[in-house]
Amino acid sequence: MTTVQETTTAPAKGTRFTSAAANYLDERTSISGITKELGRKIFPDHWSFMLGEVALYSFIAILLSGTFLTFFFEPTMTQVHYDGSYVPLKGIQMSAAYASTLDISFDIRGGLLMRQVHHWAALLFVAAIGLHMLRVFFNGSFRKPRELNWVIGFTLFILAMAEGFTGYSLPDDLLSGNGLRIIDGMVKGIPVIGTWTSYLLFGGEFPGEVIVPRLYSLHILLVPAILVAALGLHLLLMVINKHTQYAGPGRTNENVVGVPIMPNFAAKAGGFFFVVFGVIVLISSFFTINPIWNYGPYDPSPISAGTQPDWYIGFLDGALRLVPPGLEFVLWGHTWSFNILLPMIVVGIFIVAVVLYPFLEAWITGDKREHHITERPRNAPTRTAIGAAGVTFYAVLWAAAASDILATHFHLTIEAVTHSLQALLILGPIIAYFVAKRSCLALQKKDREIALHGYESGRMIRLPGGQYHEVHKELTDYERWRLVDYLDYKPLMVRPDAQGRISPMQRVRAAFSRWFFEDRISPATRAELESGKEHH
Amino acid sequence: MRTHSSTDARRRQTGRRHPLASIALITIGLLSTGGAYALLTTTASAETTTATQQSISEGQKIFAANCATCHGMSAAGTEHGPSLYGVGAASVDFQMGTGRMPLAYQGPQGAQKPPQFTQQQIDDVAAYIASLAPGPGIPDQKWLSGNADTALGGELFRVNCAMCHNVAGAGGALTEGKFAPSLKGVEARHIYEAMVTGPQNMPVFNDTNLTPQDKADIISYLKFLDENASVGGFDLGSLGPVSEGLFIWIFGLGAIVGVTIWITARPN
Repeated sequence: MTTVQETTTAPAKGTRFTSAAANYLDERTSISGITKELGRKIFPDHWSFMLGEVALYSFIAILLSGTFLTFFFEPTMTQVHYDGSYVPLKGIQMSAAYASTLDISFDIRGGLLMRQVHHWAALLFVAAIGLHMLRVFFNGSFRKPRELNWVIGFTLFILAMAEGFTGYSLPDDLLSGNGLRIIDGMVKGIPVIGTWTSYLLFGGEFPGEVIVPRLYSLHILLVPAILVAALGLHLLLMVINKHTQYAGPGRTNENVVGVPIMPNFAAKAGGFFFVVFGVIVLISSFFTINPIWNYGPYDPSPISAGTQPDWYIGFLDGALRLVPPGLEFVLWGHTWSFNILLPMIVVGIFIVAVVLYPFLEAWITGDKREHHITERPRNAPTRTAIGAAGVTFYAVLWAAAASDILATHFHLTIEAVTHSLQALLILGPIIAYFVAKRSCLALQKKDREIALHGYESGRMIRLPGGQYHEVHKELTDYERWRLVDYLDYKPLMVRPDAQGRISPMQRVRAAFSRWFFEDRISPATRAELESGKEHH
Repeated sequence: MRTHSSTDARRRQTGRRHPLASIALITIGLLSTGGAYALLTTTASAETTTATQQSISEGQKIFAANCATCHGMSAAGTEHGPSLYGVGAASVDFQMGTGRMPLAYQGPQGAQKPPQFTQQQIDDVAAYIASLAPGPGIPDQKWLSGNADTALGGELFRVNCAMCHNVAGAGGALTEGKFAPSLKGVEARHIYEAMVTGPQNMPVFNDTNLTPQDKADIISYLKFLDENASVGGFDLGSLGPVSEGLFIWIFGLGAIVGVTIWITARPN
């Protein structure tokens, strides 16, 4: 290093300062190693790899706007008489939490914008996480070595929902109170401990006077702290595991092709942060969200038509709306509210299945290799089909949360909407499974056909014998790579172990493996490609 | 008591000690409260503009030509439509003034559509129906100005109306295809009439339930919502979190995915 500096003739003043500063820092923190490692982290340039970043940047927007809101929000349920600028609530008795939220909206400069930024960014945050998770799932990017990061990511999703729900409940308006009442009902539906838990949570009979300050502590302290820690871990593991990438020429399981963080990607990503922030602020300036002044202060007696949770809690609300009647009975002197327990159990199983999916799939496939090349969804038909079924299941629950709005806006009866969605909740995933699986296999067949015989060019020629023939256009090697570079799996065979026995577990596993891989289209082999070339 | 002399006892059986005194008191009480009640409650029907005989006969003709198919020639009702005895002028003015009557088709609920008659014709039919039996009349203009207490009106609206009509008056679903319509842009007179008469699936909010002043407050609140633009920007139909969620997924995330594609695009 020093020799280089000596030979350089009089570096510019700015450069001298930067290198001196860098040297000063490095001597005290040994940061250069990390910077070198991080600065050369490679990002593949495909749009779908930026969805996680969108979530990260919306989270930063949430942190900044949320900090502003804490300056003015009063998290107590002390009763006050409103005396702010909003005329239709003047003199109405309400909690200090609601009054201060109204003040943020009407009397504090920039308050309403900040509230809307906070809320819109929260919706975007969870939506971006959702899309990011779908990308990771359908690309098979959760496979070894990234299973743990999938679990951490999913934890982040749950934490984001918890943040959302606690935040939704803070303003103590009619909408948030109705939401809390549902939570109270769900808690009370848990056998034996339910009522006790509800009283513990609300500090007495619902709604009590402590829930807002308690949720506030969770919302601004505990949940964000866990969320930030999990986020750090998520990013750290992403650096350690490196990015996955799509198959392509020059891309192998051992390398990552893309742009290094420094300098270009950092500039792009920095710019992208401002774009995301800009979109959020733009939406917040033009579109109102959660107009709490319309809802009025919380009072356990009124409820509004169209009372819904924010979109990410919708699937839970939908599950409650779809449960058939008559599931509540009294046994051993206790009321068993299966109309509440059943949706909680079903949704719980769904969530656990999503968290454990990487481990389940690894067990079924018996694949212990590391995977750094993402799979195109069509090349893993059974997984894609499972994913499609899961998405359909979630989507039906989600739609059910808006059943009343679907009924009024499409001029349907609410019973018809509910019954159709009940049927769809069962049939939809099954149909989606088969449609997705068949579509994947068909696409694979098409890819194989194209890889072997090229595109149909549309040019017909007539041979001397009078025969007609369509000329096929050969792919370039570059184009073909994408179509043939994927792993071929076969169902596991049942083999006796060292003692010559076949365990029942192995049989189960083999059955699952058969289900997973029995319908498959193998990629075109080299020999097939060669013979295909000779054809033309 | 037995130690008292007989004259004493006789004296005590006159005046307020008379055996019939309590009955008389109850009678007086009932008469005065009943009378006061009658005086107060008749204000609604007293508001009815005295209809001329000409207007009534004109209304009868319109009724016979357009309404009698379902409601019967004498407005006594048929199997297709209810009796209109006692529904009052307010009901006619609401149903015809908002275009709900004549019905477009038999269904769970008559839908709002452009009125099929002029206000003069509607007034005539209202006069005819009001002449058949007493019922709620056209509301007094003083309740409809929209200048009453919006804060109280808002509270009353949330307690009495929001469960069907939504807190922002955006409407909501009821059972079997029925629905509570949106209250945006509904005339003050029609809001008042709807509360008094309880059209279609709506309950009646009579004057003891919500006094005319309460109704005026509710109308003022709804007019406030109508006349004051949503402070936070476009209100996305005031439908609450459903439209917000749909918006962020389609336009918010949609725009951002567009940007990601643009950023990662390689020049071809």
